[in-house]
This record gives sequence, C-alpha cells and structure tokens, in this order.
Amino acid sequence: MSTIKLKKGFDLKLKGGITSPDKLGGKIVGKICTIVPDDFHGITPRLDKKEGEHVAAGEAIYHDKVYEAVKITSPISGVVKEVRRGARRKIEAIIIESDGQDDVVNHDLSAPSLEVLLASGLWPMLSQRPYDVVPNPDERPRDIFVTAFDSAPLAPSLLKSAQMQYAAKGVEILNKLTDGGVHIGFAKGETQEISGAKVYEFDGPHPAGNVGVQIANISPVNKGEIVWTLDIVTLCRIGELFTTGKVNFTTFVAITGEQITEPCYVETVMGCPIKDILNGKLVNNEYENRIISGNVLTGIKVTEEEWLRAPYRHITVIPEVKNRDEFMGWLSVNPKRFSIYRMFTSWLTGLNKEVSMDARMKGGERAIVRLGEYDRMLPMDIYAEFLIKAVIAFDIDKMEQLGIYEVAPEDFALAEYADTSKIELQRIIREGLDRMRAEMA
Amino acid sequence: MKALRNYMNKIKPHFQEGGKLSKLGSVYDGMETFLFTPNTTSSSGVHIHDGSDMKRTMTTVIIALLPCLLFGMYNIGLQHFLAIGQPDESAMSMFVFGLLALLPVIVVSYVVGLGIEFISAQIHHTEIQEGFLVTGLLIPLIVPINTPLWMTAVATAFAVIFAKEVFGGTGMNIFNVALITRAVLFFSYPSKMSGDEAFVKLDSAFGYGGGTVADTFTGATPLGQVATTVGDSLSLTGVDGNAITTFDAFMGTIAGSPGETSMVCILIGALILLITGVASWRVMLSVFVGGFAMATLANALPSATYPASMLDPVAQLCFGGFAFAAVFMATDPVTGARTNTGQYIYGFLIGVIAMLIRTYNSGYPEGAMLAVLLMNAFAPLIDHCVVSSNIKRRARRALNK
Repeated sequence: MSTIKLKKGFDLKLKGGITSPDKLGGKIVGKICTIVPDDFHGITPRLDKKEGEHVAAGEAIYHDKVYEAVKITSPISGVVKEVRRGARRKIEAIIIESDGQDDVVNHDLSAPSLEVLLASGLWPMLSQRPYDVVPNPDERPRDIFVTAFDSAPLAPSLLKSAQMQYAAKGVEILNKLTDGGVHIGFAKGETQEISGAKVYEFDGPHPAGNVGVQIANISPVNKGEIVWTLDIVTLCRIGELFTTGKVNFTTFVAITGEQITEPCYVETVMGCPIKDILNGKLVNNEYENRIISGNVLTGIKVTEEEWLRAPYRHITVIPEVKNRDEFMGWLSVNPKRFSIYRMFTSWLTGLNKEVSMDARMKGGERAIVRLGEYDRMLPMDIYAEFLIKAVIAFDIDKMEQLGIYEVAPEDFALAEYADTSKIELQRIIREGLDRMRAEMA
Repeated sequence: MKALRNYMNKIKPHFQEGGKLSKLGSVYDGMETFLFTPNTTSSSGVHIHDGSDMKRTMTTVIIALLPCLLFGMYNIGLQHFLAIGQPDESAMSMFVFGLLALLPVIVVSYVVGLGIEFISAQIHHTEIQEGFLVTGLLIPLIVPINTPLWMTAVATAFAVIFAKEVFGGTGMNIFNVALITRAVLFFSYPSKMSGDEAFVKLDSAFGYGGGTVADTFTGATPLGQVATTVGDSLSLTGVDGNAITTFDAFMGTIAGSPGETSMVCILIGALILLITGVASWRVMLSVFVGGFAMATLANALPSATYPASMLDPVAQLCFGGFAFAAVFMATDPVTGARTNTGQYIYGFLIGVIAMLIRTYNSGYPEGAMLAVLLMNAFAPLIDHCVVSSNIKRRARRALNK
C-alpha cells in the first residue's frame, strides 16, 4: 500500500449529512423501476423489449447500436410499461412495472468472463478514459482503476453498500481483462488489502475520491492509452455475479441535504421512483425543494415524479430559494454568506463548519478573470484554465497537449462551484469530449 | 428594500424587449444586479455556487484603493497650501481642497468610461461588466492633477474603446486600461504630464483655496528633479523649498500623481488585496524584488550621467509610481501572467525594467507605467513557455511508456 497526499481541493461541509453510517431508513420496494439511457454515456440504445413484454431481473432491455454485446438489463422482474420518447423519438426513459415475481436471470459462469460481464448489465457501470464513456469491449485497457470512496459533499460511504466479501473475486475477474493491474484507491483510514489488486490510500480533500484524480496521481492516461474506471460497489457486484451467477440490483441510497428531516440510508432497487424514496422525509418549509439525484456538484436535477439515476447511490435535497432578494449582496459582511474566498467574512468564523447552501448562482457569468481558481481545485498536473480555453476554442491539438484525455466533467465540478466567473465548466468539458470522440472516430 | 424591489419590478417591463425603454435594457439590468444579487438558480451543472462574484472582487479592489484615494485628496491640498505659502492651513481644509480638485476627474473618468461600457453592453446585449469600476478609480489616481479634464476624457475614451472593447470587453483586454489612459496622455500631451506644472494644483478648486505662489516653489516630483540633476550630488526639495527625505516619500507628503505618493497607503491597500486573495502575492513580491535588485545594482555603480543611479534602493522604491504600479497595476490578473511560475517572471521583469528605464533613460523620469505595459505584451509569451513545459512533460511521459 502506498499513501498519496493531495493538497488541492476543498471539502465543502453542507448541512444535512448522515450522522451515523448505521442510520437506516428501511427498505423500499417500489412498484416501478426506470432506466434512463442518458445515464450511460456513449451508448446509443436499440430496444430488445417492446412495451408490454415481460422481462426478468437481469434480462436485457436494450443494447448498444454499435457494440451489440453491450446490454442494459432490467433491475426487476416485470413488464415494460412504457418507453418514453422525447424529441426526434429519442428514448428518454424505460419504465418497468414489477410483477412481484422472483424471475431472475442466472448467468452461465463457464462462458468467458467478458461475455458474462457484457450480458449481465453491469458493463455500463464501467467507464472509460479518455472521453468518460461506457468502455468499448473490443479494446483491452492499460489498467483498471477502482475508487473506494466518494468525497463529494454529503456523499455516502461506498464501503457501506459494497459487499466486500466479493471484492477479491471482482478483482480476479478484472485482472483477466487487462494486461496492467487493478488499482484501488481508498480514503484515509479505510484501506483494506485486497488480493490481486494494488491498493493506494488517498489523503486529501474532495476531489480525492474522483477516480480521475486518483489515476492522475497513480499513472496518468497518455494519448493512445485506454483505462477503465469503476467504483468499489460495482467491483463487488461483479464479484458477486461471478460467485452466485446473479446480479445484485439492490443498492443503498444516502438521502441527505438540508431539506430532509432525518438524513439516512435506505435500501432500494436501481431506478426506484424518487417519490417512493422521499416519501415523508422532506422538510416542510417556505422553500421549494431542489431534488438532486447524486451530489450537489455532479448530480442531476430531478422532480418527485422522476427516478433515481445512475450511479444509484445518493439523493440530495436543498432549498431552491428562487425569490429571495438580497439587497446589494456583493457588499455583504454577513458571515453566513458562505464563500471559500476571504473576500467575504465567512472565513473569519471558519470554513470548516456546516453551512447551508441553496441553488442560487449568486452572480452573473463573466470572462475568466481571477487567477488560479481552477488549479486550486484540481489536484492533477494540468493547467485547467488553459485546457478549458482550448476546449472552448475546440483546438484539438491543444486539447490533446493539455491533457483532455485525462479528465472527465466531474473533475471540474468543484472548480465550477468555486468559479467567481460562474462558467459552466462541466458542460464545456462534456461537450468537448463528445465532439472530440466524434472527430476521432 | 421591499418598496425598492417592487419599484424595480414595476418598471422592468419598460426595459424588456418591446418596451419603450428597451434601448436601456443593459442599464436596467446593471442597476438591478447592482441593487439585488441575482436570484436565478442554476439550471445545469453544479447545483450550488460560491458566494463570490465579479462585483465582490472588484469592490474589494476599490476598498483597497480607498486609503490611497483619501490620502491623495489630503495631499493635493497639502501641496497646494505649501506652494502658496500657507502651510498652517488645517488638515480638514486641505482635504476639502483635494476633494474638490479630484472629484471632477473621478466624475469625468467614470462618466466617460461607464458610458462607453453601457453603450457597448447594449449593442452586444450583454450584462454590464464590472471591470471599469476599478479602472475608473485608478485613472484619477495616476493622472497628474493639473491635466485638463477634456484630455482625461479623450484618453479614457480612447483606452476603453481601443484597449478593451475592441478585444471583447472586461477580461479580454491585453493591456491595462488605466495605464493605456495614462500612456495616451503621456505621449499625446507630454508638456502637461511632467515638469513643474503638472503635479501641484496652484489655482483654486471651485473658488476654494488659491493664492500667490511662494518664491521658493518648485513643482517637480522628486524623480523629476533627479532626472534634471547636473553634477554628482542629489538635492531633492519639496514644493516649499525644504529638503525632502525618503521618510517623506514613505509617508507620501510629496508632489506626485494623487494616488501614488504614499507608500503607507499603498501598503495598506496591498495588505487588503493579499488578505482577501484578490491580488497575486507572487506578482507583487517579485515586482518589489526585481525593482530592489535593479536599483541596488544601479546604486552600486553610481554615475553623474545617470543621476537616478545615485538614489539608494529604498528611496527608489518609495519615490514615484513604482509601489502603486507594483500593487495595483502589475497585479491586474487579466493582463498579467496567469501561470504561477509565469507570475514570478512577469513581476520580476516589471521591477527590473521599471528601474532600468528610470535610471538609464533620461527621457522618462518614471518607468513603472512603461514597464507594466511592456510586460503586459510579454505575459502571454511567458505563459506560453510555462505551459509548454507541461505539454513537453506530458509528451515525454507518453513516449517513455
């Protein structure tokens, strides 16, 4: 085991965290379960099941247009209730209604590991650098990186929901798929030795838990190289699949945020409706709720009528605060106006306390003016500001030279929070990666 | 505040597309965001944002400039009453005189600059940017007090249009806008910008003050006097004919542009900028280091041909606009180097070049302005070199695999 110390970044402490990891809010069995194809970036869906057809848990609902072996499977046994389509007939969601049966696909483990993995529906939970997309099964990665913790604000403990007894089996399977090694990054104090894997301990603030940051500090991705990334929960699911022959679709979801009466973990199934999960848990006050599937930095804004989105482990609810008028807020000397910069007074009372934050932008978009704001939040050997400018200009050569292959949008999330100029860095990186992937294909 | 908010909401429709005042939409928008922090919530990307914004950043710089501004006003009065032989005038009346003398310059600078910004924002249908809030205050502080207002207006307009708006507005300019204003004045109207008559206001301000000039009067700044020194000994005098010391220069009770004389006030400003983290300590420190190094070198080889080489290094740092340029001009993040390593190089070279011009070019008694402008031009090159080393490192890493 080796320890890697990271200095850059910042741990935002928000109100509404889970006080004890044992805080369980019960088991939620929804009648409905939904898959959103947008969650699996890089896959163009081709349906295997039509509306009204029966699916077993673990049976494919759709596959990728290009790599047909890449399947997305149903988490529950039931009937395809609705295939919801948006503009240009794009599939927005596939809603499956439970039939209460226990009809589960049993995978034949004597087949090659890759085939089993592709058919199981766990494959899309893996990601690939460059481009931050679902991996191409025809390629062999240089290495595989696993993150064992989520360092984002209010994030759940991944080790809590991971079935660690299967970790070693998962590593054994992944080792077959790469010529390099399987690298696992743990948070400080949580490190466990897992046979077959190289283990690292990361000591530092968010984004230390981002797998991209861990790669950059272990062995960065170079041009022409491919690495795969996943989290420890998925690793253990793979291990479980290759031990029992079945995929475990249950998941622990952390329900956090200021607008939650009692933050806790609940056990549910992937794609469960938000309404079922948040039932009776929302604070009733004058504010509108912003429900985020995921954390406040990288999560997706959802309504109560929508569903838990991949990676199916976190819900945050914060106040939206649409109509508060702050008179000359830029002159404020109120220490409650939280800023990580010392231009406001909040640093005088300490930046380590739990703060309340709402969804307001608190300023207009401007050109990049202040120095080093992005670099401070990105513990990688990358000139973030120059990279962002190259992406905006879509100068492919410069993007390559400045390290576009090493980053994913999530790595820029904290910088986007901290940005005084309020620029949408994650969107810029996402669009840059997508355009580049199309260009290089 | 409720009433004001309601009023703003009431008049809003007039300024929106199709309203009778829609041509002033940007102005309304600017006013509204000035009065009330925008309450729009994020629609994509991160769901929470830091409390800081560009308005706060610029406001912080303005607060840092206030000591220089207030002392500058007092000093304008002090120099005025010393020159007309009434040194016993109260500090208050000196301040009032300076206020009356400087206010028109501030008003002209803001009206011209912000006017152009408003028009430009309206043409491009963008929000009004805050950059000029700082520039507009820097200009009165670095322009000699006797510069005719119309000249200041012309130079400000030129600088805002040709040094900023044509490049795309705040955050896109290559050269520091306030310094361009001064450079335009300096090269277009040299007779008004240096010498005996530029820096000390002798006539009355709105009928306040004024009188006959004492016989011993010399209106040149210390550096102006140094530049015209003949022989191998320096004797610097204040406007009342008494000798001035480095300590006077440190306190700021000497002739000069309004904001730049007092080292004390500049250091207070520097402290505010550094504590709040608005300015780069790397640039600030390395400008002083570079300036001190070059001044020490010049002082080690004193020569009557270059009288400034006879000044000791500490006096070099205190006199003229060097410290002001180091704290408020070189640290402009938009026009300076943006990489950490680049900032050291950028700052150090500004310090060196400022002293080089000051000492070895008798045409220009002060070199800080030209040094910053010159390095503005080189900042992208410095950054390019620093970033190239990162690019090379990445390329090597790929090859060594």
